[in-house]
Parts: sequence; structure tokens; C-alpha cells
Amino acid sequence: MDKFSVFSARLVEKDELFTSGHRACQGCAEALAVRLVMKALGRNTIVAMATGCMEIISSPLPTTAWQVPWIHVAFENSSAVISGCESGMKAMMRKGKLPAKKINFVAMGGDGATADIGMGQLSGAMERGHDMIYVCYDNEAYMNTGIQRSSATPWGASTTTSPAGKISKGQFTQKKDMPKIAIAHNIPYVATACPSFPFDLMEKVEKAAAIEGPAYLHILSVCPTGWRIPSEEAIKYGRLAVNTCVFPLYEYEYGKYNLTYRPHPILPVKEYIQGQGRFRHLTPEDIDSIQERTRTEYEKLLKLSEEG
Amino acid sequence: MARPIEEIKWQDLEMGAAVSERGSAREYKTGSWRSLQPVVDQDQCIRCGVCWLFCPDAAIKRSEDGSFEADLEYCKGCGICARECPVGCISVVIEEV
Ligand SMILES: Cc1ncc(C[n+]2csc(CCOP(=O)(O)OP(=O)(O)O)c2C)c(N)n1
Ligand code: SF4
Ligand code: SF4
Ligand code: SF4
Ligand SMILES: [Mg+2]
Repeated sequence: MDKFSVFSARLVEKDELFTSGHRACQGCAEALAVRLVMKALGRNTIVAMATGCMEIISSPLPTTAWQVPWIHVAFENSSAVISGCESGMKAMMRKGKLPAKKINFVAMGGDGATADIGMGQLSGAMERGHDMIYVCYDNEAYMNTGIQRSSATPWGASTTTSPAGKISKGQFTQKKDMPKIAIAHNIPYVATACPSFPFDLMEKVEKAAAIEGPAYLHILSVCPTGWRIPSEEAIKYGRLAVNTCVFPLYEYEYGKYNLTYRPHPILPVKEYIQGQGRFRHLTPEDIDSIQERTRTEYEKLLKLSEEG
Repeated sequence: MARPIEEIKWQDLEMGAAVSERGSAREYKTGSWRSLQPVVDQDQCIRCGVCWLFCPDAAIKRSEDGSFEADLEYCKGCGICARECPVGCISVVIEEV
């Protein structure tokens, strides 16, 4: 557990705004991420969600797992639609047609929706400065359609469109650094999070909600089905991603970097890689090269956070 | 509470595929997916709530006496709660059918 004692779990919001009965696979940490994000946001929230696992599993007609106003929009459009909701409702509040109150306007999408197909719309929404939160649930592939690679799939991962074989190592490009792309838009708040560190995650969501203007949250969401791991290990692998520095937890607030969790000791990336079916074909040399890259990327981040 | 899913016909659907009853997914009992069942040893349980916090299905319920146990209507049997319990007092048993 992060930061708090185990008993802190009992202090967490009881309200389930993302209810039981959703159809996510057993042990889906992406569904857990949604559940925790909603706990932190509370009821005064409107969600626009891109096509993807979380949309499909939460809204098969005639039911919904959502307890807040929620709309499914085309794959690329969640940030455009939430921009419209925000601008429209704020205009109506200004004109006295709606009671003035604080509402969280939230767009959500997977890594495919965010890093590939909805990138332009997200960039526009951040650039226009809407008072919104964008949440990317990154399970490192297009999972809903059967594990196709996205630009957020890490190097070496085998997917159905980057299969490992005699010649191929699996994904041959490096993971796109989406949080840095959000930071390049000079928005007030960007953070990475992982449901294996639930308190860190919920704190960041609360911060994102409190800050005026666009906020971007990038949540590593372990997918047992696509990563080819046992369902009970989804939390464990999220923790390993963080403790090996493959996925560092940090935030960027009004121009300042801050590492919110420093693993101690830093574990070898091998502990994260081995045991995941999607990396099963990698050689010790391949793992060494991932280790090296992880180290240099983490050092860059450390330096940025020391500069403040 | 919502009507049972089987009773809702296509003529009952709202325009634009809207669903006006929030949280109605609870009518769908995912517990039927389960082949393994988490069982809490209440004598060892320290009532910390970690199992509840990590369940992706919000399928750990807390009774009035403060004890935690799986809600078998929804628990899919993923085993996360057993894996994450800090005292290791949840065992996973094969479901009797
Ligand atoms: C424009 C468009 N292209 C393709 C699809 C098919 N499609 C639906 S969900 C999905 C995968 C979504 O991947 P991601 O955004 O990473 O979310 P995940 O399912 O992994 O949570 C795809 C390709 C679509 N619905 N719309
Ligand atoms: S495919 Fe992965 S992300 Fe999608 S519901 Fe299943 S476990 Fe969750
Ligand atoms: S086995 Fe999985 S679904 Fe069932 S209560 Fe435990 S964590 Fe929740
Ligand atoms: S995690 Fe274990 S000790 Fe804590 S409440 Fe659940 S069963 Fe009890
Ligand atoms: Mg994805």
C-alpha cells in the first residue's frame, strides 16, 4: 500500500458510482481504476466516454453501471463532447438557466482512444483551456477488439498486430509518452497514476477536479486478459510497474514536476517483465535493453523533479 | 429497483438508447461467472477493508458488525482480494455446483 496504513481503506468513500454488474473480465484493473476515479470525483460529475472496454462493459443495453450522467461517443470524440458540455452548461449557468454549481466535466478513453485516434481532439480541448479532466486508462493496447497494438504498447510486447515470432520481437516501437505530450500543452495539471496505489490515484483525481482549466490523468491499468497474466495478479503487476520505474508516479502542477512516489529499493525490470505472457519471448539481452532505457528515463524524471 | 433484464423488451427502450435508471447493471448478477470463491476467515480478519478497496467489481460487502465478505451475487472469483489481503486470511475455494 502507498503512503497510508492499511486501515486507511476504511476511510475511502463508500458510494459506488461505477456499480457491480459491469461485464469487465475477472480481475480487470482498468475497471478498478474507473471505480476509484469515480469515488474521488463524487456525484457532481458528467462523463463522456470513448469507445473501448470500459464503455462496452459498463453499458450493454438496457442497463448501465453508471450512477452519474454518462454518454458514449465515437472513439475519437470524448474530449470534444465534454468541451461542449462544459461550455454549454457554463453559458446556461451564466444566464441563470441552470443553477450555478461546481460540476466535474470528465472525458475518458483508453490508450488507443487517447494516444492514437482521439489525440487531435484532446489536443484541441487542452489548447482551448476547457475546465475539464481527461482520464486515459492505459492498458497498453486496443483490448476491446482483441489485443491490437497501439502507440502506447511498450517495446517488445506481443499483441495480435505485433506478434512475436522468429523475426519479430513483438512491438518494435517505444511507448508514446502521452503525459509529456499533455505537459507540452502547458495545462495546469498532469499526473500519472495506477490503481495499485489507490490513495495516490484518488488524491490526484481530487487535485485535478479542484484545479481550474484542463487536467490530464494517465492511469496505467493492468489488463490480465491482454497481458496474459492470472486474474489475481493485476494489482501485483501494477505495483511492479511502479517499483521497477517502468511506470513512475509523478505529477506536473503549474510547471513543476513532482515524483509522488519514489520506489525504494528500485526493483529490476526483470521482475515486472517475467511472468507476463506478452513478454514471454524476450531474451535476457532484450530485458537488459528495457532496463537501460527505464533507468535513463527515470533519471531524466528525477532531474526534472529536483529542478522543481 | 430496475425490472429484471429479461422483462425489458426492445419496445421499452428509450430514444437514443438512453438508459434513465442509473446503476441498473446491478440487475445483471456477475456472480454466475465464478468458478472460484473467496472465503474470509473471520477469526483472523483484522477488518482493514483492503479487500474491499481493491475489488474491481465492488463485490466485497461490509456487514453491520464490521466484518467483510464477498458478495456472491457479483463476485467473479478473480482472486485479487485473497492475493492482496495483508494478513492472508482469504482462501480461494473451488465453487460447489
Ligand atoms: C473509429 C473507430 N475505429 C475503430 C473502432 C473499433 N474499436 C472499438 S473499441 C476499440 C479498442 C479500444 O482500445 P483502447 O482505446 O485502448 O481501449 P481499451 O479497449 O483497451 O480499454 C476499437 C479499435 C471504433 N469503434 N471506431
Ligand atoms: S480485456 Fe482487459 S481491459 Fe478489457 S475488460 Fe478485459 S481485463 Fe479489462
Ligand atoms: S474474488 Fe475478485 S471479484 Fe470476488 S470479491 Fe475478491 S476481488 Fe472481488
Ligand atoms: S483484507 Fe483481509 S484482513 Fe482486511 S478486511 Fe479483507 S479479509 Fe479482513
Ligand atoms: Mg487500451
